[in-house]
Amino acid sequence: MNKTCRIVNLQDEYSQIYKDNLPFLKAGAPNKMNALRDDAFELFNVKGIPSNKVEEYKYTNLQPFFKGTFDIAFSSESAIQNNDHSFTCGVPNLDTHNVFLINGWFSSQDATDKLPEGVVVGSIREKAADYPEVFEKYYGEQSNDGDAMAAMNTAFAQDGAFIYVPKGVVVDKPIQLVNIMIGEQDRLVFQRNLIVIEENAQAKIMLCDHTMSAQKFVINSLSEVFAATNSVLDLYNIQNQHNLTTQVASVYVNQKKHSNVLTNNLTLHSGITRNNIRVTLDDEYCESHVYGLYLNDKNQHVDNYSFIDHAQPHCESFELFKGVMDDSSSAAFTGRVMVRPDAQKTNAYQSNNNLLLTDNAKINSKPQLEIYADDVKCSHGATVGQLDEEAMFYLRSRGIDENESRILLMYAFAYEVIEKIRVEALKENIRSLVEKRFRGEYDKCDSCVICGQQGVSASCL
Amino acid sequence: MLVIKDLHAKIDDKEILRGINLEVKPGEVHAIMGPNGSGKSTLSSVLAGNDKFEVNEGSVTFNDKDLLDLAPEDRAREGVFLSFQYPVEIPGVSMVNFMRTAVNEHRKYRNETPYSASEFLKLMREKKSLVEIDSNLTNRSVNEGFSGGEKKKNEIFQMAMLEPKLAILDETDSGLDIDALRVVANGVNKLKSPDRATIVITHYQRLLDHIVPDFVHVLYKGRIVKSAGKELAHELEEKGYDWIKKEFED
Ligand SMILES: Nc1ncnc2c1ncn2[C@@H]1O[C@H](COP(=O)(O)OP(=O)(O)OP(=O)(O)O)[C@@H](O)[C@H]1O
Ligand SMILES: [Mg+2]
Repeated sequence: MNKTCRIVNLQDEYSQIYKDNLPFLKAGAPNKMNALRDDAFELFNVKGIPSNKVEEYKYTNLQPFFKGTFDIAFSSESAIQNNDHSFTCGVPNLDTHNVFLINGWFSSQDATDKLPEGVVVGSIREKAADYPEVFEKYYGEQSNDGDAMAAMNTAFAQDGAFIYVPKGVVVDKPIQLVNIMIGEQDRLVFQRNLIVIEENAQAKIMLCDHTMSAQKFVINSLSEVFAATNSVLDLYNIQNQHNLTTQVASVYVNQKKHSNVLTNNLTLHSGITRNNIRVTLDDEYCESHVYGLYLNDKNQHVDNYSFIDHAQPHCESFELFKGVMDDSSSAAFTGRVMVRPDAQKTNAYQSNNNLLLTDNAKINSKPQLEIYADDVKCSHGATVGQLDEEAMFYLRSRGIDENESRILLMYAFAYEVIEKIRVEALKENIRSLVEKRFRGEYDKCDSCVICGQQGVSASCL
Repeated sequence: MLVIKDLHAKIDDKEILRGINLEVKPGEVHAIMGPNGSGKSTLSSVLAGNDKFEVNEGSVTFNDKDLLDLAPEDRAREGVFLSFQYPVEIPGVSMVNFMRTAVNEHRKYRNETPYSASEFLKLMREKKSLVEIDSNLTNRSVNEGFSGGEKKKNEIFQMAMLEPKLAILDETDSGLDIDALRVVANGVNKLKSPDRATIVITHYQRLLDHIVPDFVHVLYKGRIVKSAGKELAHELEEKGYDWIKKEFED
């Protein structure tokens, strides 16, 4: 079922769409997914699409972007349509297990017999039926934090990826979720992922977003991640979409004792991006690395909203977000850190550094520390700067022209975040992509930055 | 080679160079001395093309080209090299990437094909041993965390890589231990040839024992107030600047 929906007044139409299509939303979806829909919808309906009057969204008014005439797919066939030709994607020199999702729905994946035994990768609606105890235990347990966009996702999402790594299993090969947006009409897309890493297990997951046709895409995607005791997880979110894309990407991470989780939101190219990153350190001795890099030009806008919840003692969080803003682009960063009364011996470090290349580029950076324990180490710092004139002159005085010197210095600025990538081949790749991005060689909307796969050019406004 | 005529330069309406005249011919070594704040670094910055300073009068030609008309990178490609008094640290830009870009930009300017990775590394090895610079340093970001002396050595290393026609050394000797001083002097002397020239800015005779100047100039309050042969450096070391200041004020 593909439906074309015209949205003018937001809640009026969204509630109509929900009511009219509830049977389709529920058809074939796992019980718990359906059980949470009504309450989530109620919450979403009361709160609405956030405008900038909502404190958490004050730098990004989402309302105008969620208006328009969109196709919404209410079934796998309508999402995937005639796009069942196989996509190829990969990072050079990196062997990954590829999973393809089209317009939020699972489409295909590489042969799973190459994955270690017991590892489950596939469609969330299918795997929920095969692994009900995992699904019931974890689905929706984190996303019910009152955020309107998360509630909207819970109400409307029907598919996405399911990744389960059982106790003690180490998955060497990174798992790559290739999220493809494609269609003949503008589209509103929901995607819901569930990632569970059991005790002593390890995995590396890459989310790689493509837009493959020149339509407008409005995406609400949400990933819930559970990292059990002693687990190690890397989650790289590589956002590479054309300028007509609006994406609200939420990641919820729950960590247990001695787990080590790294998330890195690499927003290399997009239109309007809002990343909600919520990490709960739910047990002692967790370590969390929360990184991000955003490179904006033209009218692009990226808003990273992070919330690190130190709920238990002896945990460490390291947060670093860096951005380079060119032209009239804008960005925002909120770094909310909560240290709860029990969370003694917390170490929480946060920094957000920004490079503004023009007078018209804008950044709003807001640290927000709420500390209710006394024996803690917390630091935060935000900087906004221009390229260092002295360094520019030094490079130029060695015969390097102005443009090349700028590129060297922009790259130097971004490099700290790139160095945090713990997958060597991916790091290499991101390095050269970032350099190309600064050189303007990705103009830009045409292809996947990861694999160079051609898409259809959208207007690079 | 270099002809400076009545050069005036200012920053924030404060005139710092107040009419410099200097001619440097190929093969020559000129030493510029003078009290703190007299304008020595300003002169070298202006020659290298730092637009922080505004040239409001005068002219500079370099091999018959109007130097002041060229962008800093083109001055470098024409063969002007400044060894900075205070080299800047650039975290995130690797020495190797920096030098490879610089060397190949020079080559492109001369219509030569850029060096391949292996050709470049060979050149780099050669020059590294010439200036006895530690390999660890060239594996790091430009000047990041380098000691004062290491930064100066790194300037000479870059000079050796780029083989300029005119090298301006702004207090490259300060902060160097005796061995490093010898290495720096060696680097400069190895490059010496009838078609290259050097301007050495220094406060001390000891560097001039190694790099023997043909001329010594004293810069004071933005003007060259005295020029003579190498014996002037000895005289200054002995007597200081007071007698010159006095002579000049009279
Ligand atoms: N950016 C600046 N802003 C204002 N004044 C400056 C600036 N740079 C230099 N000056 C001034 O210009 C004058 C000359 O400085 P310069 O650095 O050229 O002296 P110098 O001869 O190299 O001294 P030293 O021997 O101490 O290195 C000084 O009075 C200095 O304060
Ligand atoms: Mg000086």
